[in-house]
Amino acid sequence: MDRRPRLAVWKFASCDGCQLSLLDCEDELLAVADALEIASFPEASSAVAAGPYDLSLVEGSITTAHDAERIREVRRQSRHLVTIGACATAGGVQALRNFASIGELVAAVYPSPQYIETLATSTPIAAHVAVDFELRGCPINKTQLLEVIGAFLAGRKPAVAAYSVCIECKRRGTVCVMVQGVPCLGPLTHAGCGALCPAYRRGCYGCYGPMETPNVPALAQRWQALGAPAKRFEHALRSFNAAAQGFQRE
Amino acid sequence: MSAGANAVIVRETLQGLLEALLAEGYRTLGPTLREDAIVYDDVTHVSELPAGWTDSQEAGHYHLQRREDDAWFGFNVGPHSWKRFLHPPLEPLWGARRNGDGFKITVPAPGPKLAFIGVRACELRAIAIQDRVFLGGRYSDDTYRARRISTFIVAVNCAQASGTCFCVSMGSGPKAAAGFDLSLTELLGADRATFLVEVGSEAGARMLQRIASRPPTEAELAAARAVLDRTAERMGRRLDTTRLRELLREQAEHPRWDGIAERCLACGNCTMVCPTCFCTSVEDHSSLEGTAAERVRAWDSCFTLDFSYLHGGSVRHSTRARYRHWLTHKLSYWIDQFGTGGCVGCGRCITWCPVGIDITEEATALRAPGRAKKQGDAS
Ligand code: SF4
Ligand code: SF4
Ligand code: SF4
Repeated sequence: MDRRPRLAVWKFASCDGCQLSLLDCEDELLAVADALEIASFPEASSAVAAGPYDLSLVEGSITTAHDAERIREVRRQSRHLVTIGACATAGGVQALRNFASIGELVAAVYPSPQYIETLATSTPIAAHVAVDFELRGCPINKTQLLEVIGAFLAGRKPAVAAYSVCIECKRRGTVCVMVQGVPCLGPLTHAGCGALCPAYRRGCYGCYGPMETPNVPALAQRWQALGAPAKRFEHALRSFNAAAQGFQRE
Repeated sequence: MSAGANAVIVRETLQGLLEALLAEGYRTLGPTLREDAIVYDDVTHVSELPAGWTDSQEAGHYHLQRREDDAWFGFNVGPHSWKRFLHPPLEPLWGARRNGDGFKITVPAPGPKLAFIGVRACELRAIAIQDRVFLGGRYSDDTYRARRISTFIVAVNCAQASGTCFCVSMGSGPKAAAGFDLSLTELLGADRATFLVEVGSEAGARMLQRIASRPPTEAELAAARAVLDRTAERMGRRLDTTRLRELLREQAEHPRWDGIAERCLACGNCTMVCPTCFCTSVEDHSSLEGTAAERVRAWDSCFTLDFSYLHGGSVRHSTRARYRHWLTHKLSYWIDQFGTGGCVGCGRCITWCPVGIDITEEATALRAPGRAKKQGDAS
């Protein structure tokens, strides 16, 4: 009998990009497949083996009553449940609906809105079931994903830091774009991407959501001083992690 | 020639020095233009130096500017410090690989020996401070030691001070006083640019013998002194350090800390750019099959929650507590801990703070008696 730990990947409201990060681990994928029995991975195969599972990776947010039920079943079947990506950890870009009227949005998008069954909000998985670890990012970083899987296999804490993107930016030796005049969300944003955008002379877009202690008003003021008005700052925060608590302006 | 001796070299002869260092197996590092800034990186030819460029620096602002002359070292310290090379941001300490019932430890091979070109006085002091931290106590850091003892240092005396420099207040500059092998003062003569060279060590004297030099004239020695006097008068910032160590100890409840906490992003930039900040965290990684593991040391910061996490939680939970710890450590109890101050007045934390928090301004405000917070006090 197969004694390897059983891995299941689940998709809720999402674009599949985070699951693709796992497929994208080309070099390491064989090691993953060796170390784990892949019991469910919709992006790779439609076959789903019955639970229970040792580790479930959950992508996507909860936007329908049906999904709210389904995530409870996934939780029941999973020893460890790890959410991956901005949708699963913060509600994703689809959580922009949380700031508007769902009826109006549905009417604006669909020719026959009467067929649409949806919740008024898009919510992270942790709003519905207990989550053992949240891996942030839009999309997630594959090195961090392997770190998390490796940590769960070894029974250790994943080395995934919650501090700002600035720390990664400085370690990388990048020259701070904000001090040179370009508005950047790095000081508010959770590390994980390796400070990719500043390395290409762009401000951070906040893909990894809020860092551990975000000071939103202080950065808003700085953006203003750099010629980016409050509206632009608000739009910058209203993206993949729009509904994350730490990105709200008090 | 012995330590303290002076000589003059034609400016282009610096290339000869670079070549002599390269021939001896050094990796030569120096200032160069990248990302609209003057950073420290590999420099093997003098044409890679930022000739004719300078930097304009203010709290939270850094911009390159063209100079009117073609000075090779006409700028001040930038976003990088030599800490990048002596105490690297990410350092694999060791790895382990399973073999049979046991495992085999592997240690990364040491890199080439380093030569730093263009180290400023404040940076020499910062290196001395990190030497004390890593090598001076009961426990010494082997990888730091290996890099440090083989490093060749060419200092440069500052011919200008940036808007955020305050080495004079901290007693660390602008003249390179100790801790170098050779030091240079750039003299932009009317007909020909030269460097006045000062020998700082035997290794420096040996290197100087390998390039063409001549004794300095009285006028050249006087010109070099004048350069440093002018720089000392033009500090961008000032900090009164009289009794600062004692005063700060008594200011733990000063209302100023609350004001700073409102602006501070707790992003950690100040600690990353500071040439004396030395804190790291150690991370372990294991491979998926469980056959290999690696231990890595990474720059960390007293501004992160995890850094002060003891069992049960972070002992410095608020940003107020973290900034207070950082400033007080730099200017006060670093002295209790290591016998020297922790700030050299390079101004990096002022320039590279995304919101422009200024250590000199804050420390000055903290000198003024603050109303101590009482129980039930709303402020
Ligand atoms: S560029 Fe952005 S992420 Fe990098 S240090 Fe500056 S503010 Fe932080
Ligand atoms: S505290 Fe600031 S001014 Fe002092 S040495 Fe560090 S970076 Fe330079
Ligand atoms: S602080 Fe002093 S030694 Fe350092 S760069 Fe400025 S002028 Fe030069």
